[in-house]
Amino acid sequence: MNHKTTTHQLIQAVEDADSADGLLSAVEALADACDPEAIPTLIAVLGYNNPGAAVAAVDGLIALGETAIPSLLELIDTYNYGARAWAVRACAGIGDPRTLDLLLTSASSDFSQSVRRAAARGLGIIRWEKLSPQKANIAQNQALETLLLVCQDGEWIVRYAAVVGLQELALSVGKTRPDVMEQISIQFQSMVDTETEIAVGARVKMALGKISSLSR
Amino acid sequence: MFEQNSQPSQVTSSEAEQLTVDQAIANLKQTEDLGLRYYAAWWLGKFRVQEAEAIEALLAAMEDEEDRTSDGGYPLRRNAATALGKLGDTQAVKPLIRCLDCPDFYVRESAAQALEMIGDATAIPPLTKMLDGGLEAAIQVAGKPHLVQPYEAIIEALGTLQATEAIPLIEPFLEHFFPKVKYAAARALYQLTSKSLYGDILVQALERDELQLRRSALMDLGAIGYVAAGEAITETLAENSLKLIALKGLLEQTLSGSVKCSELSPESIKMMGLMDTLL
Repeated sequence: MNHKTTTHQLIQAVEDADSADGLLSAVEALADACDPEAIPTLIAVLGYNNPGAAVAAVDGLIALGETAIPSLLELIDTYNYGARAWAVRACAGIGDPRTLDLLLTSASSDFSQSVRRAAARGLGIIRWEKLSPQKANIAQNQALETLLLVCQDGEWIVRYAAVVGLQELALSVGKTRPDVMEQISIQFQSMVDTETEIAVGARVKMALGKISSLSR
Repeated sequence: MFEQNSQPSQVTSSEAEQLTVDQAIANLKQTEDLGLRYYAAWWLGKFRVQEAEAIEALLAAMEDEEDRTSDGGYPLRRNAATALGKLGDTQAVKPLIRCLDCPDFYVRESAAQALEMIGDATAIPPLTKMLDGGLEAAIQVAGKPHLVQPYEAIIEALGTLQATEAIPLIEPFLEHFFPKVKYAAARALYQLTSKSLYGDILVQALERDELQLRRSALMDLGAIGYVAAGEAITETLAENSLKLIALKGLLEQTLSGSVKCSELSPESIKMMGLMDTLL
C-alpha cells in the first residue's frame, strides 16, 4: 500500500467498489490500515452479503480491538442476521467483557443459528483479566450457565460451538475455579452418552481430552 | 444441493398450518382445485407422510393429465415425484422410472432426483440410457434455460446409486459447458472411484468467481466427504455456516468406521481444529 494513501481514500475505495473482488481488495486494504476511523465502514461491510469482504472486515475489527467495541455494540444490525453474526464474531474475537450481555443474550435467544453459534464460542474466550476478580466470578458463572443451556440447542452447530465455548472457559478459568471445571466436566461426560450428532460427540471427546490434560 | 422449495407462493403459511394428513390426502384426490392438489403433493413430501393412502394418491398424481402449464408441463407430477422421493417407498420406483420418459423436463429431473433418494438400483439402466448420445447430445433446448435432459440430476443419481458401469459414460461430462453438469460429473466419479483427481476438480470449483458455484462445490465436497479438501474449504470465500456444514461431512468421513473407538484420529482432530476457526 502506498503510505500516502489516507484512511479517507481507503474508505472511499470501499464505498466505490463495483465488484465482489474489488470490494474484497478494498476492504483488505482498509483493514490493514488499522485506523479507528475505519470502524464504521468495516462494520457496514458486514451487511454487504459478501462473505470474503466480511471475513476481512471482521479481521480488521478484531485487530483494532477494544477501540471497536462501542461502535460494534451501537451499530449492531437488528434486522440483518448475517451482519449480526459477523459482528458477534468480531466481538467474540476481541473478547472484551463489555460484550458479555450481548453474547449471553445472543447465544441463548437469537433466532439465527449463525449468531447463536458465534456468541457461544465468544462466551468461552472473554478476557476475564479485564474484570475485577469479584466481577469476573459473576461473569464466569453467567457464561457457564448460558453455555450449559446452549448445549441443548436444536441446531448441531450451536451445540458444537457451546462445547468449544465450555472447553475454552475450562481452560482459561479451570485452575482458579474448580467448581466451574467440575460442572463442565460433568456436562461433557453426559454429552458423550447422549449426543446424537456424531460430529458434536467427537468434539466433546476432543474437549474432554484437552481439559483432562489441564487437570493432570 | 440446496433444498428446492417448490411450495406454491399463493398458499399462505396459515393454510399450511391448518392442513392435516387426512385433509392433504383429500385435497390431492379431488380434481376441482388444482392449486390445492399441487400444494397437497408438496406438503405430503415435506412432512414425510408415509401412510399407504398418501403414497397411493401420490402415485395416481404421477399420471395426472389435468394440471398443465401453458407450454405443456405437468406441475403436479413434478411435486408428486419429489414427494415420493422423500417418502422413499420402493413402490414408487417403477412409476418414477416411467416418468423419466415424460415430455416435461422438470418431471424427468424430479424423477431422477427421487430415484436417487430412494436408492433402488433398478433405476440404473434407465438413468444410464438418458446419457445416450454422450456429451455431443447434451445441448441446450432452444429458448429454455435447461439442457435436453436433466444431466445434473441423472449423473448425481448414478453416483449415489454406485453405478460403476456408468463411469465411462459419465467421464466425458467433465468437459460439459454447464459448470453444474461438470461438477455433478466430478462428484459422481469421486463417489464411484474414490480417485482424488475428481475430488480436486471440486476443490478447484471453490475458487470460481460465482458465489453460487462455490456454495454448490462446498455442498458437494461435504456430501462426498473429500477429506483432502479441509483447508481449501476453510479458505473459500463463502458463508461460514456453509463451510461448517461441508467440514462436518469431511469430519464424519474421518470418523466413519471408528464410531465407538475412544481415540480420535489425528485427521479428525485436524478437521475439528479447522471447524473451530469458523465458529
